[in-house]
Amino acid sequence: MSITYLDAIREAQARALAEDPRVFIYGQDIGAFGGAFKATKGLAQRFPGRVLDSPISEDAMIGMAVGASVEGMRPIIEMQFADFSTAGFNQIVNQAATLHWRTNVPCPMIVRLPCGGTSGSGPFHSQSLETIYAHYPGLVVLTPATVEDAYSMLLGAVALDDPVIFCEHKYLYYHLKAEQLPTEATPIGKARIARPGRDMTVVAYSAMLHEALAVAQELAAEGTEIEVVDLRSVKPLDTDTVMASVARTGRLLCVGEAWPWGGVTAEVVARVASEGFGLLDAPPRRLNAKDTPVPYHPNLWAAHRPTARSIAAAARDLLGL
Amino acid sequence: MVHTVLNHGAAGEVSLFRDVYVEAYRWMLLARFLDEKFASLYRMGKIHGGVFLGRGQEALSVALGLALRKGDIFAPLIRDAAGRLAFGESLSDSVRTYLGSALGPMKGRDGSVHRGRPKDGLLPMISHLGAMISVVNGALMARRLKGISGMVGAASVGDGATSTGSFHEGLNQAAVERLPLVVVVANNHYAYSTPNERQFACASLVDKAAGYGIHGEELDATDLAGCLPALANAVERARSGSGPQLVIARLLRLCGHGEHDDASYIDPALKASPVGRDCLLVAEEYLRESGWADPVMLEAWREEARQKVETAVAKVQREPGPDPYTEDWCALASKHLAEGGV
Repeated sequence: MSITYLDAIREAQARALAEDPRVFIYGQDIGAFGGAFKATKGLAQRFPGRVLDSPISEDAMIGMAVGASVEGMRPIIEMQFADFSTAGFNQIVNQAATLHWRTNVPCPMIVRLPCGGTSGSGPFHSQSLETIYAHYPGLVVLTPATVEDAYSMLLGAVALDDPVIFCEHKYLYYHLKAEQLPTEATPIGKARIARPGRDMTVVAYSAMLHEALAVAQELAAEGTEIEVVDLRSVKPLDTDTVMASVARTGRLLCVGEAWPWGGVTAEVVARVASEGFGLLDAPPRRLNAKDTPVPYHPNLWAAHRPTARSIAAAARDLLGL
Repeated sequence: MVHTVLNHGAAGEVSLFRDVYVEAYRWMLLARFLDEKFASLYRMGKIHGGVFLGRGQEALSVALGLALRKGDIFAPLIRDAAGRLAFGESLSDSVRTYLGSALGPMKGRDGSVHRGRPKDGLLPMISHLGAMISVVNGALMARRLKGISGMVGAASVGDGATSTGSFHEGLNQAAVERLPLVVVVANNHYAYSTPNERQFACASLVDKAAGYGIHGEELDATDLAGCLPALANAVERARSGSGPQLVIARLLRLCGHGEHDDASYIDPALKASPVGRDCLLVAEEYLRESGWADPVMLEAWREEARQKVETAVAKVQREPGPDPYTEDWCALASKHLAEGGV
């Protein structure tokens, strides 16, 4: 048996629906049709009345989830693409994210964002928006990079009493496979060492993890051991795990697929530089997409985002190789 | 029940209508005194932030508050002091929120009109207009999913909110799901300073109802006698399964947008027209003419309302404000995930 990242997301939702009567799913084309990416395929039939098609109304979709959450439900909202969540941005950041702070009433809900670039998708179906949501207090922002994490972190998110922005990478949907799903929950908010090493730390998350692992393998053949940290969650950010890794290696490169101004990589570098400056043997570096909209053509797209090639070049530069 | 009572055609129901009318009028009085007290405290510099009054909107607001019942959902807006009180919000919740008492429902984390008790069906507004409609929809969807029926959800908005995407998405969503939603638009002719002719181009806002496939109606909101049955009927239609209801209420804001605003832009001709009547005075006259209250009773009710407000304010003024040193500074319910300050 082989399970994809997308299967894991569907199976996690099926399990949540089966085990928790408070869960329902709401989104565009997710009912009988099964969703644009088939992340809810078959669920409307298995769970009648709990997998509901919404109008093309991102603002009202989120508002609906907030109201249902106040009444004790655990809604899962599927945005068709992360890019479209900006049409529901106000309800996410001003309604969902502030409710608990203002009223002491929790607002448990999940917004699933199919994010990240795939070749040919262009400026409006490729965005990585974890940074803008992480900027707002009151939200948890998760970026699973593996099939196992996609499954267990989604279940973990259902159990949380807060609004969760669940960033699932579209490139990983079909490209990642696992033999079986985990049985244990992944603790929310903890990074993991995806590959141990002693010469430098590469911090990555979501699809960039796999580019970083490829680089670690490439450089290992040359005798350089790269430690790869998978953030898993960008808010909260597990500074301790990152700092401990930098303490071991003395060098930091942080890689993200999002745009370069501010953001997750800037946050990681800022924290390490301000709290762990003495641990560093070289200036910390970061690598992001270029500061343009995500291009359509494969030639441009491949050069827009970090790849194993550009990460390897940055890593060699940082190591003085 | 209430809706049949308020259709005051039958002779035997006149006394019931009188009781509801008197109750409504007394909530209006209390709301007016409360508002005036806040305005006075604002001028004395005792309130942080803005003060927003419901002057001229009390008849509409109270009619909605009374039409709803315990277990319903209500998302009031900034000029709904009367409706909030009639729905069940305590006087101290509003005073504590305006004065920033740590004992209030928002504990100083939010203030003024941004208050509520979500678990009691009273949703706290955010400032982005139209945004509460879909939240009410969600609460109603949750009830439906839990198999609870017979509930109504109401959202108050103004004429300005009808221009937002949230208003459109929320009404359309409710129509598609055929939810028991009542959206009450207080068309007070100005969104802050912007007049109706710069806000919309349809002949009447009620024309929008047809576009959503829902029932809509329009009323003169300076007249409590008209507001009570109209709102009761709209709520009852929603409750009995007729789907979303859009109520467009004509009135004039008899004050600034907030107390910082002198409202110099309001057209004097509108003020002098029937829509510029003060609904509280209209109601008072109605009470006198129908013989339901004499000047002695009216004065006694005024005195009682004034006393209630003074007592609540005096009590809350002695309460502590929030303490930044004991504040946990955590926006998440999951405290173990707090990042804290950096």
